[in-house]
This record gives sequence, C-alpha cells and structure tokens, in this order.
Amino acid sequence: MQARIRRRYAQERNFRLMGLAALSIAIGFLLFLMATVIASGWTSFVQTRVLVPVTLSPERLGVTAEAVKADPALLRRANFQGVVSDSVEQAFRTDVGIVSDGAWLAVREAVEEDPGLIGQTTEMWLITTSNLDQLAKGRIDLEAGEADRPVSDAEVAVWRKLSAEGKLEKGLNGTFLTSADSVDPELAGIWGALKGSFLTLVVTLLISFPVGVLAAIYLEEFAAKNRWTDIIEVSINNLAAVPSIIFGLLGLAVFLNTLNMPRSAPIVGGLTLALMTLPVIVIASRAAIKAVPPSIRDAALGIGASRVQVVTHHVLPLALPGMLTGTILGMARALGETAPLLMIGMRAFLTSVPQGFTQPATALPVQIFIWSDNVSRGFVEKTSGAIIVLLVFLLTINSLAIYLRNRFEVRW
Amino acid sequence: MNDMALTATAPAAAAETTLKMTARDVRVFYGEFEAIKGVSIDVSKEDVTAFIGPSGCGKSTFLRCLNRMNDTVAAARVTGDIRLDGQDIYSPEMDVVQLRARVGMVFQKPNPFPKSIYENVAYGPRIHGLARSKADMDVVVEKSLRRAGLWDEVKDRLGDSGTALSGGQQQRLCIARAIAVNPEVILMDEPASALDPIATAKIEELIDDLRGRYAIVIVTHNMQQAARVSQKTAFFHLGTLVEYGDTREIFTNPKETRTKDYITGRYG
Repeated sequence: MQARIRRRYAQERNFRLMGLAALSIAIGFLLFLMATVIASGWTSFVQTRVLVPVTLSPERLGVTAEAVKADPALLRRANFQGVVSDSVEQAFRTDVGIVSDGAWLAVREAVEEDPGLIGQTTEMWLITTSNLDQLAKGRIDLEAGEADRPVSDAEVAVWRKLSAEGKLEKGLNGTFLTSADSVDPELAGIWGALKGSFLTLVVTLLISFPVGVLAAIYLEEFAAKNRWTDIIEVSINNLAAVPSIIFGLLGLAVFLNTLNMPRSAPIVGGLTLALMTLPVIVIASRAAIKAVPPSIRDAALGIGASRVQVVTHHVLPLALPGMLTGTILGMARALGETAPLLMIGMRAFLTSVPQGFTQPATALPVQIFIWSDNVSRGFVEKTSGAIIVLLVFLLTINSLAIYLRNRFEVRW
Repeated sequence: MNDMALTATAPAAAAETTLKMTARDVRVFYGEFEAIKGVSIDVSKEDVTAFIGPSGCGKSTFLRCLNRMNDTVAAARVTGDIRLDGQDIYSPEMDVVQLRARVGMVFQKPNPFPKSIYENVAYGPRIHGLARSKADMDVVVEKSLRRAGLWDEVKDRLGDSGTALSGGQQQRLCIARAIAVNPEVILMDEPASALDPIATAKIEELIDDLRGRYAIVIVTHNMQQAARVSQKTAFFHLGTLVEYGDTREIFTNPKETRTKDYITGRYG
C-alpha cells in the first residue's frame, strides 16, 4: 500500500518535471532566436556618418542662390553629386569610397531648407559607405587577411584615420525606417515593404473578414445539415491546411493570367492572401458561433424574433470577440506569408514606396527573403533588422488578439 | 384509449371555459421514431394546464409544438392539427414569428440575454414595435417586471446584467420578458426545476397571479407542483396522452391505472 502511494507520487513528480523540461526547451529556443536576431540586427537602426566640409560652388551646382530663391524646383536639376564628390576628394585625397552614393540627398535637403548655403563651405555629417559603416560597427573581422574580408586594407586605413580624427559619428538610422529598397545597403529601408504589406493586408481583411463571417453564419445558422454541408465543412478544413504556395499558384493562374490584373500589385497579393486566410476565418467564426449557448437562440425565438434577428441581435454580438480573435490571428499569418507573394511577382526590386493598390509593391517578409539572398555584410544586418520589425508587428497583433479575447469575452 | 379520455373530459371543459388552443391527433416524428403518438387536447383560456409524466414521455416535445419551437429541430416532423383561436398554426398563412409573439415560452433553465435587465424585457416589445417612445417602453418594462413580481427587487439596478441575478430572479426575468410582448398563451417548460424551493415557491405564486390573464401551459416533473398550480392536468406516458381532466380528479380519483401508478410513485 505504502509502496503504491510512493510510486504514484514519484510518477506525478516525474510527469511535472518532464513538462517543465519541455517548457524550458521551448523557451530556450525562443530566447536563442530572439538573441541572435537582435544581436545581429539592432545595428541596422544605427548609421555611421562622416564629417565633410561641403563646398557648394554655384558653378559646379549649376544654380545660384538667387535663382533657387525664385524657383526652388531648380534644385531638382542641380548637380549635387558632383559637389559632394568634389568636396570629398578635396577633404580626404583618397580613391577609397568614403561617403555613400546617396549622401548628396542630405546635402540637397539642407540646401532646400536654406538656399543661402550656396556659395559657402559648410561642414556636414554625410552617410558613409556600407563598408566604413560595417567597420565602424565592428562587424568586420580585422584578423582575417584582405582577400578573406569584404573590405580592403586601404579602407581599413581610412577608417582608422577618420575615427582617430573624430570625424565619424553614429546616429539613429532614419533611412532604414523611411525609404524603400536600394542596391546600397546603407540606403536601403523597409518603409516600401511595410507599406506594401499594409496595402496588401487591407485588401485581405476587406475581403476575407466579411466573406468568412457570412459564410460561417450561413453554415451554422441557416444551412440544412446534410451531405452537401458536410462536404463543404471537410473542404474548408482541407483548404486551411493547403500549403500557401498553392494559393500563390492559384493567384497567378486566376488573377494574373486569366483576369489580367497588374503584376506585383498589393491588390493581387491581398486577394491571394484572402483566399488563404478565408478558411481560417470561417473555422474560427464557426467555432465562435457554436460557443454561443443554444438557450440564447431559444430565448430570442421564443419571444418571436426572426432568424435574422436572432443572428444579428444575439449570436453575432456574442460570437464577435471569438471571430475577431480568429481574424487577427489569420491576418498575422498573412502578414508573415512569403511564398504566395513570390508567385504573383511581389518580389520585384523596387526603390520607390508604393502609392496605391495597383502599383508594384513588395511585402515585409518578401523583403527579408530578398535581402537574405544578398551576400553583402550591410544586407546581412538589414535582414535581421527587418526581421525585428516584422516580429514587433506580429507580437503587437497577437497581443491585440489576446487583449480583445479577454476584454470582450462574455461569461455566463 | 386516449380518445376515450378525451371524449370524457373535453366537452365538459368546453362547457365551463373558453377554448384557447386545440390539438387533434398530433404526431411528432424524429426521423423514424414517433415521439408523440396522436395526442388530442384542449387548452382553456382561464386555466393553468399542467403536463405531467415520466422523463422522455414527450410532454416537452408536445409543448414545443404549441409555438412551433420544434421547427428549429431539423429532424423533427409534426403532423396533425393544432389551432390557436381556431386558426391552424401549421398552415402556410401562419407567420411563425407572429405565432411566437402570441404564444410565449419560458424555458427550463433560466436564459436571460447577457444584456441589462431593462434590455432583456424591452427586447421583445422593440422587435415587435410595441412601444412608440422611450417613455412607452419604460411603462412596458415596469408593468412586465411588476407582473413578474420582480420590480421591487430590481427597480434600482435596471442597468445591471440580467445574468447577474440569482437563478429564481433570472427565471422571473424570463417570465417578464415573455409577458412584455402581450402573449395570449405562455408555455412553461419545467420553469422551476433548476431552482431552489424558495425560488420555486415564488414562481408558483407568480403562475397563480398570472392565471386568467394568460392561458398557461406548464410542463412539470413535480406532481405536487402540478397539484398546487394547475386546474387541468394531462398525464403523458410513452408519447401518448393517458388521461386529461380536472387536476383534483386526476390526483384523487384517476380513471387509468397507469395514472394511478404514476401519481402514487409506482414508477416515473
């Protein structure tokens, strides 16, 4: 008897320990993932700049301060590239690339604000090349031989000199959050991809939520329970398990090749992801509707509510939190989806931010995929940076789902 | 046999009281299974009619035929003739929503809406357009809650959730909700079976108060309850109506041996 009790206690203890071990392993993996991503990605939010005395000669620019004051549009045609390369050449006397190809944009912005700068020499902090940036961030292994690392000895020497002279500074990388993709890692940003994701998800939500909820209501509340509804139910469950790339192929065949919709556009991406999200929303909504106690329906029917009134006045409000939770989780999945978007061409290299639903765009996970293909050190960092942004959005969305569920859940 | 019982009692009932509902040869099938096997019964306007019988005898099923709540059960099929004031309630001309407004129902388990007490009562009048203004609605809500004997307990917290009330209060709220749409008949499906004895007593008093204003049909497991609240009692067994008559007669001098065995506790 005593032995049996002891054995039972031992069993319970072992079971608890095994559960605890499983949990620790899961948390360990999660922490490892977060730690690696953050460690290699946080520097993409930081940018190295170099102090350059920029001489804005009217001759080189091709415009004068007076002309610009009269017509600011002239600056769009002024030769800022030439001014910047001259100034760098003069200041550092080296063939090594120091400032980014896009550094002149900041100079133009400064002149747009104050045209009086034309004709003067002003010290400005300009974005460095990605190589100097990576050197400054300590991302380059200096122990390796020149052939084994992406930067040349000359660049290392320049970097040593500049940082010794105090001409390098690190600051918040506004470019990363505000611009679109670029061939130069120091100029590449995720705003284009973020906006593409946003436009795509708007289309997805507008289509999959109403259609999914209406389908769920019809199946649960109005459809006769027969062989046909059984077949539909099985089909919906199967659709939810179909690999997402198949939906991409479907989108390619239907929306692009048959309906001739614009390639790479958020509207097509949204439609494709809506097809993929629809079964998830239908299943979640049906579960939410099933969870409404039948006694509520009886009560409403019993005082003479019509079936539509029963649904709109009672079932829908009570099932809505569950439906919303399912929808948000479906949307989170759509946000992280890459494969179907690749199929419909949303992997184009785009240096402009999409302005509408029919313009070429890319999406955040696709941007990560594109960057991860790039061997340049600067893009390795940007890949992790974009993953951090994606994870932040996913965590926000999931927290919202949990909050909604707890906040609006009705208890009896 | 039940036809005999009917011919023995129905004309007598018709002589003293006004008929509200009549049922003739009602049968209910669940697929192949015949749950109600030809029941004929008259419900009078002035009386409380109790349906008693052992579990599974079909009394609740039959009750739910009287306001077509069985329509929601896909497998159920009803045949026979049920009339409300002489009008066939299963005819295509009968609008089921209107019917349920005229024949209200109170369920076994209190099922208030998860809304405020006020909204619970106001819901029926609102969907049927029975109150023209907020003031009208306030009057309807107060009148219904007073009739259900709940007004004094809830008048200061009409905004509270109906589900926050005690079980007995919830059931009286459900009765108020049914009364609010001015029904002619109220069907009660074991309205006190989920309640404690004190709450049960209050419900029984309430049923007695409502008698005469509405025709009331109550299904109950509890024979003492049937004896206390009803004037007419129908005894169901295995889907048939065994005996129907004055409650006092049924309990003191049952004609059928099956009735006698049941009320003396031989089975059930």
